Amino acid sequence: MNSFVMGIIQQSLIFSIAGMGIYITYKILKFADLSADGSFTLGASVSAILITKGINPFISLAFSMLAGAVAGTITGLLNVKLKIQDILSSILVMVGLYSINLRVMGGMANLPLFNHNTIFTTRNRLLIIFIFAAFSTLFFTWFFKTKLGYLLKGIGDNENMIISLGINTGSIKIFALALSNAFIALSGGILGQYQGFSDVNMGTGTMIMGLASIIIGFNLIKKIGFSNSSILCIFGTLIYRTSIALSLRAGLNPSDLKLISSVIVVIFLTLDNGRGIFKKYVSKKAKREHSSKLREVGSRNA
Amino acid sequence: MLKLKNISKTFNKGSINEQELFNNFSLDIEKGDFISLIGSNGAGKSTLLNLISGKLKSDEGRILLDGVDITEKDEFERCRNISRIFQDPAMGTNPSMTIYENLAMAKNKGQKFGLRFLIDKKDEVFFKDSLKVLGLNLEDKLHTPVSQLSGGQRQSLALIMATIVNPDLLLLDEHTAALDPKTSEIVMEITDRVVREKGLTTIMVTHNIEYAIKYGNRLIMLHLGKKVLDISGDIKKNLNKEELLSLFKSVSDKSLFA
Repeated sequence: MNSFVMGIIQQSLIFSIAGMGIYITYKILKFADLSADGSFTLGASVSAILITKGINPFISLAFSMLAGAVAGTITGLLNVKLKIQDILSSILVMVGLYSINLRVMGGMANLPLFNHNTIFTTRNRLLIIFIFAAFSTLFFTWFFKTKLGYLLKGIGDNENMIISLGINTGSIKIFALALSNAFIALSGGILGQYQGFSDVNMGTGTMIMGLASIIIGFNLIKKIGFSNSSILCIFGTLIYRTSIALSLRAGLNPSDLKLISSVIVVIFLTLDNGRGIFKKYVSKKAKREHSSKLREVGSRNA
Repeated sequence: MLKLKNISKTFNKGSINEQELFNNFSLDIEKGDFISLIGSNGAGKSTLLNLISGKLKSDEGRILLDGVDITEKDEFERCRNISRIFQDPAMGTNPSMTIYENLAMAKNKGQKFGLRFLIDKKDEVFFKDSLKVLGLNLEDKLHTPVSQLSGGQRQSLALIMATIVNPDLLLLDEHTAALDPKTSEIVMEITDRVVREKGLTTIMVTHNIEYAIKYGNRLIMLHLGKKVLDISGDIKKNLNKEELLSLFKSVSDKSLFA
């Protein structure tokens, strides 16, 4: 397989782990969690600094997850206990994390790992990444079948009903944010080791990227018949990364990437709603189909 | 069973819109009572249910359930002993989950929601039997998402879910008001049957005078936060619609010119 395709697959699998985390907040809790951008970098910085201090790269990822979980917990506490609006509390955490990430990396904006062993040293990169993605998929598939997993789904669906079960929905929300950000940080940690450095800006756009992948996964792939949310995240990320990589190949400037991501998200969100400029088209098409059906029935009865 | 002692509640305290609804309001409910609660808009029916369920906290007074003081408890804590069905059929169920999943969630009420699997195949017979009571053939649609059910079906399911684990107290907040007359009758009859079979202590808010007379063993009429009528036993049984309506009118007219 050529390195272009290989690169896309590897990166997609790494980012899809963050996608699975974002899925919890965006799709299940309906919570716009921008702290994802911060905790992605946090995962990378924590892992990188620990590796440079001589800690086992796999164990460093466990600490990344822990750090991500703490960040998510703080977002949750701001929202649930201090009653700060969801998006605002996550922005506050994201902004705060920028300074924290710089501190974690010892005041440097970029921490290289080239002279250190990572989880990929002397191992097959694709295999390692695949194992992590498979582990995350299995974990979430299992988790969403448990009682706790159903509580999470229920809160986004109808919080009132979960309260009526005698459940403190606030604590469950905080837990969900911690879980989500733990996996986002894990993804960041893996990416840091994969590219060989941690950068204070590498998390920018994580949330939007995750959104794009989820929306693509749920719009395009779900129709084919997959229903496992984690697998949808993986395929969504794969399509998203491919389109990004192809647009770069087509000659677009890498600095335009974030703009392209935004545009892709806008297009898919609009399609998802069936609103805006697409509304006219959708309703016209539906009308056309409807009237042709009427004619068909009419001619049959005639 | 349920005791409300000297409850006071004022809305928008300290502003020009300050409105005192309850002042020294007390209510005693016996175990097994099925109370229909009526009153005009703004009488305090929904506020009373909100105070009992913990959605609202009273300014003063105590609330005791089975001898336990629940005044300071949060809504979710009280929900472990109290079930409530709302006017909006969408409130009591999880739309994207199937009937089976909804029932499984309801059945787990009061227990730990941990890392065990929610769906247990062994529950199927029990769920089917619970749904058969409704006579709506929901037992054949166990794996249908609740979002595909009609309002009446959802409200009936909500009733089964609210009572699948016997609550100490059942609150019905105009739970048939959003349904068409025929469905409303059906849901009301099912409610009556379930409440009587399980001997549940129930408070039902309703705007339907006929239901208020026909169902339950006690009738309370509220007006501006005060009990203006509280009858039970034979007097309630022999009540007729005209009497109650004229009483209802005279009370609200009085306040109009007061």
